[in-house]
Amino acid sequence: MDRGAGWFKLMGTPKSAGTKLLSVSGDCARPGVYEVAFGLKVQDLLKMAGGLDAQAVQVGGPSGTCISRGQFERKLCFEDLPTGGSVIVIGPQRDLFEAIHNFMDFFIEESCGWCVPCRAGNILLKKKLEKITSGKGTAKDLQEIESWGKTIKAMSRCGLGQTSPNPILTTLQNFREMYEAKVRNDKDFISEFDLAAAVKAASSLTGQKLTEAHHE
Amino acid sequence: MNKIKFTIDGKECFAEPGQTIMEAAKANGVYIPALCRYEGLKPAGSCRVCTVRVGRGHMAACTQPVAEGMVVENIVPDLEDMRKSLIEMLFVEGNHLCPTCQKSGNCELQALAYRYQMLVPRFPYQFPVRQVEPVGPHLLLEQNRCIQCLRCVRGVKTTDGKAVFGSVKRSGKKKIAFDRDLAAGLSADAAKKAMDQCPVGALLKKEIGFMVPIGKRKFDQKPIGSEFEDKRS
Ligand code: SF4
Ligand code: SF4
Repeated sequence: MDRGAGWFKLMGTPKSAGTKLLSVSGDCARPGVYEVAFGLKVQDLLKMAGGLDAQAVQVGGPSGTCISRGQFERKLCFEDLPTGGSVIVIGPQRDLFEAIHNFMDFFIEESCGWCVPCRAGNILLKKKLEKITSGKGTAKDLQEIESWGKTIKAMSRCGLGQTSPNPILTTLQNFREMYEAKVRNDKDFISEFDLAAAVKAASSLTGQKLTEAHHE
Repeated sequence: MNKIKFTIDGKECFAEPGQTIMEAAKANGVYIPALCRYEGLKPAGSCRVCTVRVGRGHMAACTQPVAEGMVVENIVPDLEDMRKSLIEMLFVEGNHLCPTCQKSGNCELQALAYRYQMLVPRFPYQFPVRQVEPVGPHLLLEQNRCIQCLRCVRGVKTTDGKAVFGSVKRSGKKKIAFDRDLAAGLSADAAKKAMDQCPVGALLKKEIGFMVPIGKRKFDQKPIGSEFEDKRS
C-alpha cells in the first residue's frame, strides 16, 4: 500500500498489472497459496510448487482451461491464461478422463435445473463422455460431443452452463490424441443402447439371463 | 417518447423503451420461437428456445430488453439448429409418446418438433421413471411429459392469489410439485385454464381428453408460428 500504484504496476503484464494470489493444489510437493506477479509461466509455478512432472494443469478451476505439457510455457494473465486463482496440478499417475468425468459430475450436481441446456445437456454430455471412455465411441462421437458442448455454452442462462462443457472442450483441444486413442476407427457408429441393461429389471423378475450373444 | 430502432435479421424494427426483444419482435410481426413464454405471465427464460444472437453474445429474447441500434440475429441456420437441439433434449429428457397423448396436436413442444422437422432426436433417450399424480379433483400431473417451463408455477393461483405449484430439487431431478390443500380447492374452470396454459400434455383436465379429435386441433390446422410467418412468405 505505502509504495503506491506505480510500484504495484511495475509487476505483471500490460493488461494484468500487479500480483495475483494463486491457490495451487493437486499433485505437487508444495501445494498452497502463492502470491506471484501476473505473467508467470505455468512452468515456473510448477517449479515453485514441486509439480514439474504434471501431465496436465487445470487453470481457472473446473470451468477453466486444461493445458498439456506442451503448453506449460504459457503465462498466467488475462492476455493468455486467465484464472480466478485456482490451479490444479494433475500428475502423471492420474487418468485424465477420470478428472474430466469428476468435473462433469460436479457441474451436473451444481446445475440448478432451471434451464434446459444446462439441466438436460450436461447429463447428455457426460453420458457421451462415458460412451467414449468405455471404448464405444467413434470419430462421429467426438464431433458430436464438441457440437453439443458448444450448444450448451451458447444457450445456457448463467455462467455455470456457459462454462460447464469446458473440461471436455478444452481437453478435446489440448489432448486430442487421448480421445483419438479411445475411439474406434473400424466402425462408423456404435449404439449406446445396451439391451442387457435395458431389460435387466424384467430379466431379474423372470430369472432369465441375457447374454451378449442375444444382440450381437 | 422516442421509439428505439433496431433490426432483426436485417429487418428494421421499432420498440418502445423497456420492451423485451420478444415483445418488440411480436409488435413488428417477427416470429421468435419460444416454449416457456406465455402471454400475460412474467418471462422465466427457462426453455432458452427464444435465444437470439446479438454480436457474439447469446441472450433469451423473452427477458432481454431492446437497446438502440441492436442487430439481432434470429432465423439463422446455426442458431436454429441449436434451438432444435433444445427441443430434442426435452424429448429425450422425458417420456413423450405422442400417439397416446391427449395433447397431441395442441402441444407446443410437438409443434416445434414439426417446425424443426425433427425425425429422431440426436440424443439418446433417457427413459426416466416418473409418476402421474392427481392434482385435486379435476387435474392430472403427467410428470413424464413435464418440460419444467414453469408456466403453472407462474400462472396457476388460488382465488386469493396463492401459487399452487412450485418446483423442487435441482439439476436433472428438478420437478414440479404442488400444495395438496390448495390444489384440492381448484375449480373445474381453473383446472381447464391450467391445462390450456401448460404447453405440453403434463397438466390435464380430467374427462375432456379427446373432446376435440386428433386432426382437428390447433396445430393440425396451422403450424406454430404461422400467424407471423404466413405474412412473410
Ligand atoms: S406432451 Fe407433446 S410432445 Fe409430449 S407426448 Fe404429448 S403431444 Fe407429444
Ligand atoms: S406441468 Fe406443464 S406448465 Fe407446469 S412446468 Fe410442467 S410443462 Fe410447464
